[in-house]
Amino acid sequence: MRDLSKTIWDVIVVGGGNAGLCAAIEAAETGARVLILDSAPKAYRGGNSRHTRNFRCMHRGPLSVLTGAYEKDEYFDDLIRVTKGKTDETLARMTIAASEECLPWMEAHGVAFQKSLSGTLSLSRTNAFFLGGGKALVNAYYNTAEDLGVTTRYEAEVTHIVVEDGAFTGLDAIIDGTPSRIEGRAVVIASGGFQADLDWLADAWGSSARNFLIRGTPYNRGVVLRDMLDQGAESVGDPTQCHAVAIDGRSPKFDGGIVTRLDCVPFSIVVNKDGDRFYDEGEDVWPKRYAIWGRLVAGQPEQVAFSVIDAKSIDKFMPSVYPPETANTIDGLAQKLGISGTKLRETVDAFNAACRPGNFMPTELDGLATDGLTPPKTNWARPITDPPFYGYSLRPGVTFTYLGLKVDETARVSGPGGPLANVWAAGEIMAGSILGEGYLAGFGMTIGTVFGRIAGQEAAAHVA
Amino acid sequence: MSLDIPQIQDATSEARRQIEICNACRYCEGYCSVFPAITRERAFGDGDITQLANLCHNCRGCYYACQYTEPHEFALNLPAALAEVRVESWARFAWPGRFARVFQQNGVALALALALSIAALFWALTALRPESGQGFYAFLSHAAMVAIFVPAFVFPFAVIAIGLKRYWREAGGTAITMAHLKSAFGDAARMKNLSGGAADGCNFEKTDRYSHARRHAHHAVMYGFLLCLASTSSGTVLHYVFDMPAPYGLFSLPKLLGIPGGFLLTIGAASLAWLKIKADPSLGAPSVWGGEMAFVFLLGATGATGLALYAATGTALVSPLLALHLGTVLAFFLTTPYSKMVHGFYRLAALVRDAQLRG
Repeated sequence: MRDLSKTIWDVIVVGGGNAGLCAAIEAAETGARVLILDSAPKAYRGGNSRHTRNFRCMHRGPLSVLTGAYEKDEYFDDLIRVTKGKTDETLARMTIAASEECLPWMEAHGVAFQKSLSGTLSLSRTNAFFLGGGKALVNAYYNTAEDLGVTTRYEAEVTHIVVEDGAFTGLDAIIDGTPSRIEGRAVVIASGGFQADLDWLADAWGSSARNFLIRGTPYNRGVVLRDMLDQGAESVGDPTQCHAVAIDGRSPKFDGGIVTRLDCVPFSIVVNKDGDRFYDEGEDVWPKRYAIWGRLVAGQPEQVAFSVIDAKSIDKFMPSVYPPETANTIDGLAQKLGISGTKLRETVDAFNAACRPGNFMPTELDGLATDGLTPPKTNWARPITDPPFYGYSLRPGVTFTYLGLKVDETARVSGPGGPLANVWAAGEIMAGSILGEGYLAGFGMTIGTVFGRIAGQEAAAHVA
Repeated sequence: MSLDIPQIQDATSEARRQIEICNACRYCEGYCSVFPAITRERAFGDGDITQLANLCHNCRGCYYACQYTEPHEFALNLPAALAEVRVESWARFAWPGRFARVFQQNGVALALALALSIAALFWALTALRPESGQGFYAFLSHAAMVAIFVPAFVFPFAVIAIGLKRYWREAGGTAITMAHLKSAFGDAARMKNLSGGAADGCNFEKTDRYSHARRHAHHAVMYGFLLCLASTSSGTVLHYVFDMPAPYGLFSLPKLLGIPGGFLLTIGAASLAWLKIKADPSLGAPSVWGGEMAFVFLLGATGATGLALYAATGTALVSPLLALHLGTVLAFFLTTPYSKMVHGFYRLAALVRDAQLRG
């Protein structure tokens, strides 16, 4: 294998996910000598992009697989709603405006799109779905990069970015277990967040974070982010926060991805380990509530909760990856879930007694609410009476962290003495600049694509 | 009790495990008909799994796009899981059961069948040589050919009809309408399920890069085969209806259909074999790789020997080449119900059933 330290690379890209690949492709298209270093083995390349499925795209009329129009202002309003205003308006508007021309660029570089998936009709106007999902996109970009002469090394963990007098000169990496220094003329940092480093997560969130499941790659450990912050790089985003959703409690510790979601909550009652309800399960439709449930479950004893339904509701939501626990009595179900049968029966009885007659409409807010119950269930409240009864355990599943590197409109990173001459950042590591709180489906890929391309172009222009 | 039964159960259970994960993901909906069929169900009976397995064309798009392939603990490899169920199902539906896997799995057995058929034809050419006759009929009379090939042609179709009936029952099929047939034949004619949907082809010989090579090679074989079949049929019609026995000139229907058909069949089969060598065997059913490869060669050989026979017209090679060609054709037809050839029938049935389920 080629000795990477014998070359002075034009552009070194740290992290081979969506943002890093977009940067590498843009830079290589100008003729630059580009190296991608990805810390994962080849089978797990692509970071969290592997688990993504779509790209939120502004468009003024039907575009590729997208229907209708999704104008800048509506897109921006959607962003303001989820972030509660915690965004950099200039960067946000720029990202939204740039998303429109990204879609044809993606298609031209090998990405195939498909119509919105079954069960995601609500996104058919706003989000373009990748055929086969994010891994297919990652494969397409790696093939394009390879055709452009980009060199890629897997299992190459970057440990230190060497910055001297405000400029990048090279980096330290462990490649095939051997530390080496690789020199380059520009660097694009696209190495994601730190959510897979449970110690860091526990420092930020408290020790309960050790019970969280990490939905994405185990390779996003934030090593380069920490290194840059230690060197005084300007940061952005709340260091104590992560985006967590409620997922199937039986999911793998890492990399469970999309299939770990559970959509049963609105049709269920959710109890904690003590058998008590703790929040309105029917507050709103699930796509608008799954994110807050990550936090809600994180706040319960042992960071676990149980969603209980009966036979009436089992076919009202997307199938789960693991079959539910099933029993013909509430006591039997409690036993299988490992909670007190007496307590669960009391909770179910109290809930059932508070249910009122009315029309149940699973796909809209039906106002079928409990009466005199605390906390209430304000929609889809049907008594849990018909065996078999089903139960799912819920745990917080971390999607990403908010702390990152602050960048400007050219994706450039700043150090203690102002903008660094030849250091750019793209993707999850700088997404906190735009996404200060909450999440908008498909927006992570938009940020990654827009800033990855800019970073690649800027880095290439710098070395040209 | 047969030792095969637990294995059949295992293949179906493993496919079910994987399909249930797919149904919670759904990223692959745009590749082929299998995924939309999965999303229509929540629970999968054995018949559902058999249907999905036969609907799968092994384009492999889903494997290379999958975030859950090994080393991930979910260990998905849906193309392989469905291939295993598929070959098990063909063995289960075959009649009589003892031949079920012989030629599907075993290339040597298929080669042996070929050698025996050719030897039989050499014997027939020697023992039954007619007193007179034109063209090929100078070597083997028309009556003798009919006596050999009509049963060899009727037998496989009768056996396959039994298998299809069993398939239809297991897959829960209902009354077939013209619309179902139109949809199924349309999909087969375009090989829609190897197109990759919005992708530019399938993932076969170039791993995660898309390519149309397999679809085109398969088309060459399929249409080449159909042209050859049409050529023989047109000869039969000319013989019986128009009293125009062989040999036929270059500008006759049998030749105009048969020569391009022979070329397509030969070139297509050679391409398929080459693609198969380049593709990853672990994404199919490895146990039948040899049998499938032998089958591809047998198909190619029917085309190549036919062309060679035509090229040898008027030379001393006609007699041995006639034995070679007719022997190859005989082996092809006799082994059809137990070789990879059955895939065409079961896939068509699966496409018809899928059209029914789509409603």
